[in-house]
Amino acid sequence: MLRKLFKFHGGVKPQTHKTQSTTQPIARVPLPERLVIPLHQAVGGHPRPLVAPGDKVFKGQRIGGADGSLSSAVHASTSGIVRDVAPALMPHTSGLTTLSVVIEPDGEDRWGELDKVNYRTAPPDELRDFLRDAGVVGLGGAVFPSYAKLKPGKEGRLKTLVINGAECEPFITCDDLLMRERAADMLKGIVAMRHMLQAEEVLIGIEDNKPEAVAAVQAAIAASGQSGIQAVAIPTRYPAGGAKQLIRVLTGIEVPHGRRSTDFGVQCFNVGTAYSIFEALEFGRPLISRVVTVAGNVDQPRNYEVLIGTPMDHVVRQSGARPDTDRYIMGGPMMGVRLPAFDVPVVKATNCILVGSPALFPPPPPEMPCIRCGECAKACPADLAPFEMYWFSRSKNFGKAQEYHLFDCIECGCCSFVCPSHIPLVDYFRFSKSEIWARERDKSSADAARDRFEFKNFRQEREKQEKAEKLAAKAAATREKVAADSQAGTASPATEAPDTAKPAAPSAEDTKRALIAAAMEKARQQKAQIAPKNTEQLSAETQADIDAIEARRAATATPPTPDA
Amino acid sequence: MSSYLFVILGAVLVNNVVLVRILGLCPFMGVSKKLDAAMGMGAATTFVLTLGCGTSYLIDHYVLIPAGVEYLRTLAFIVIIAAIVQVTELVIQKTSPVMYQVLGIYLPLITTNCAVLGVPLLNVSLRHDLVESLLFGFGSSVGFSLALVLFAGIRERLDGADVPTPFKGTAIAMITGGLMSLAFMGFAGLDKYR
Amino acid sequence: MLTALLVMTAVALVLGALLGYASLKFKVEGDPLVEKIDAILPQTQCGQCGFPGCRPYATAIASGEADINQCPPGGEEGIRKLADLLGREFKSLSEEHGVEKPKSVAVIDENTCIGCTLCIQACPVDAIVGAAKQLHTVVAGECTGCELCIAPCPVDCIAMEPIVDTLDTWKWRYPVIQIKQAA
Repeated sequence: MLRKLFKFHGGVKPQTHKTQSTTQPIARVPLPERLVIPLHQAVGGHPRPLVAPGDKVFKGQRIGGADGSLSSAVHASTSGIVRDVAPALMPHTSGLTTLSVVIEPDGEDRWGELDKVNYRTAPPDELRDFLRDAGVVGLGGAVFPSYAKLKPGKEGRLKTLVINGAECEPFITCDDLLMRERAADMLKGIVAMRHMLQAEEVLIGIEDNKPEAVAAVQAAIAASGQSGIQAVAIPTRYPAGGAKQLIRVLTGIEVPHGRRSTDFGVQCFNVGTAYSIFEALEFGRPLISRVVTVAGNVDQPRNYEVLIGTPMDHVVRQSGARPDTDRYIMGGPMMGVRLPAFDVPVVKATNCILVGSPALFPPPPPEMPCIRCGECAKACPADLAPFEMYWFSRSKNFGKAQEYHLFDCIECGCCSFVCPSHIPLVDYFRFSKSEIWARERDKSSADAARDRFEFKNFRQEREKQEKAEKLAAKAAATREKVAADSQAGTASPATEAPDTAKPAAPSAEDTKRALIAAAMEKARQQKAQIAPKNTEQLSAETQADIDAIEARRAATATPPTPDA
Repeated sequence: MSSYLFVILGAVLVNNVVLVRILGLCPFMGVSKKLDAAMGMGAATTFVLTLGCGTSYLIDHYVLIPAGVEYLRTLAFIVIIAAIVQVTELVIQKTSPVMYQVLGIYLPLITTNCAVLGVPLLNVSLRHDLVESLLFGFGSSVGFSLALVLFAGIRERLDGADVPTPFKGTAIAMITGGLMSLAFMGFAGLDKYR
Repeated sequence: MLTALLVMTAVALVLGALLGYASLKFKVEGDPLVEKIDAILPQTQCGQCGFPGCRPYATAIASGEADINQCPPGGEEGIRKLADLLGREFKSLSEEHGVEKPKSVAVIDENTCIGCTLCIQACPVDAIVGAAKQLHTVVAGECTGCELCIAPCPVDCIAMEPIVDTLDTWKWRYPVIQIKQAA
């Protein structure tokens, strides 16, 4: 059955370099000496550590708990002993560290007790929670927690579920091999997702340079007897594997600026994610390993099933890195990021370890001035004008860059690829984006500080006022009391002479005097109340002393008889 | 009728007040760093200048000439324009605070803007009647806005260019302005089709 | 001569009346410029500018009482933005008001703190919590790094620690422009 396919704007056709790593099946990597598992591997909140150094962990035991509304758990990839929970270098260009769990494998690779769920009967909500705790995230590279995407839109059902097997980046073949070898299992994962999303149809998009994968998936679909699932071969053109681009090719829907694909009844998942969902639901196995392509400057490019946390140089050693290797790139040559070291761990986002050398990836030619040829705009799959965004990013005029929809850029690298002036456009866009984010953060923290400062001033003012009010109220109460007293005192003469014009309230002078009298009376009472302590059970001597003192005091304190 | 068109076209393009008559250079340099500010300045100047041309014509014809004190023209015009600018500022501040912020301190600058004084004086020396004065004022300010907006557009892009250090900032802006001026002088060729 | 004087006086009177009327009719409360300046200031409320908080400083700038280069936390970029807004020339940061430092937060040494609450009272944004005779602590997320709590502390237990980059705050660098390829 032929489907009408659509085209997305732009795109490029770089050399694919895929055949080298597809000659052999997926291999397992022997256990490394130690695993370093970063706790923060997915988009969203940082999972909190659940283990401490010295703990014994089983394979699949949760070591990082999901935290916050968008977060995904992390698990031990093998059984062993936790040696450390400390910051360690992460596979990111920045060379920053992140809290990681270091596990020394015991070699037994023993599974712990796994939670299971019956995905055929369980309600979708329960399945989502299960997948969150199983740490299933998008394996296409964006590592967005899958459970958060497995919610049907407002209508409660989805029109099309798109499964992304395009794998358009050069060198990377992990999805290709996965589809060839594990199509049937992957399909079960897809069926489960379809059930959760209530999707009408499922389209599996695979670039037509992977005929074996297409055939394998089609065979699996035929064998499963499922209807409404279709594997579609799409033209090979980078970046057909971008979510928006693939949706465009398969359904003709162009997701506009500021909208989500679910608004149009479409959701997109990677084939690797489908497989890990199958593993989680069928066997209760959390996401602890993934297929990783090792390619580039190695003797034997190949795909490996790698435990999360395995040091990359350990994986590359299996393929035999050539001696002139000078860098690892995580991802492909178009979108991949250069890594700060060789021993950074494989994480959930690692689809490919591209081994680089000066010969394979020569340093880019010097950047030349932009000649505004417009090649980048022709190649841009997001329909942007990269040369404008470049110009304003370069002059740090971020407002203008944003006006040209900088944030719709998917950083696919097509513009840099075609630029005749060798301008690293994507680097400029990344710089601009992070700069804009930083400014927004600064602005919101400044706004918060302003609010707090103003509130503090307001609070101090209020406290001052409250204090003053309290004092005033107290004074007023005393005055009232005094006034009442004096009223009571003058009550009888008032009744005797009702016709004399008597002021309703005593004069200010009177009030003051009365206040003073009241205060003195109060003081006297207080004084009288002060009784000497420890007066019981006194020895005769002490009692005598006290009596003497009292007598002396009485003699001195006797007031002279008032003469007035 | 076509003479009115010539007045406008002539004022906008052929005798562009900034680029050909070289008047009003301070806002041309000062308010041309941002496109939005340039547009706001253009709009404010258009309003002030059109109004100023009409008022100054009336004052000239019904007060100064009858009283025989034409030599007070410059003085009187300055006072009128200053007053109009002040009123405009107050109105804008009240009605559109955003616009007021965009224009910022450049609004009072219109007061001492030689283009705004020069155009009413030109009106007198060109012996324009009231309608022609208004059209000439409007055309000139549209020409002013055009030059300002074009220049601001160029300068926003100039920020990203590799300008040799000695030419950075105002120097390259001056050179750009000069080139634009040369280009606008080419409109003098329109005269052929009159 | 007299006519000239009369004419000018008349013109001036009419225009003056017009302006006076307009200023009453279109009176605007508050100064929008202060808001705009305040929005640029970093809101650390540190008082290094010599004014008790960012807003008073903004008011002072707007009224011409203070210069634009008195805000060390805002740094050069802040001065540049102020210069842009006010159409003034850029000036480098005035040294008597301090130097630009990396962003920091105050940290209280828990072993030394005696719980005197002096820092709590000094904090302009209520970012320190604690009670009398109880250990105080700084809410790092709310701390603006103004250093106002350091001086009042009788036991010198507050230190400024620069904020470390995390993955969320890490920034891509500006691509280096190669003029000539390194030989």
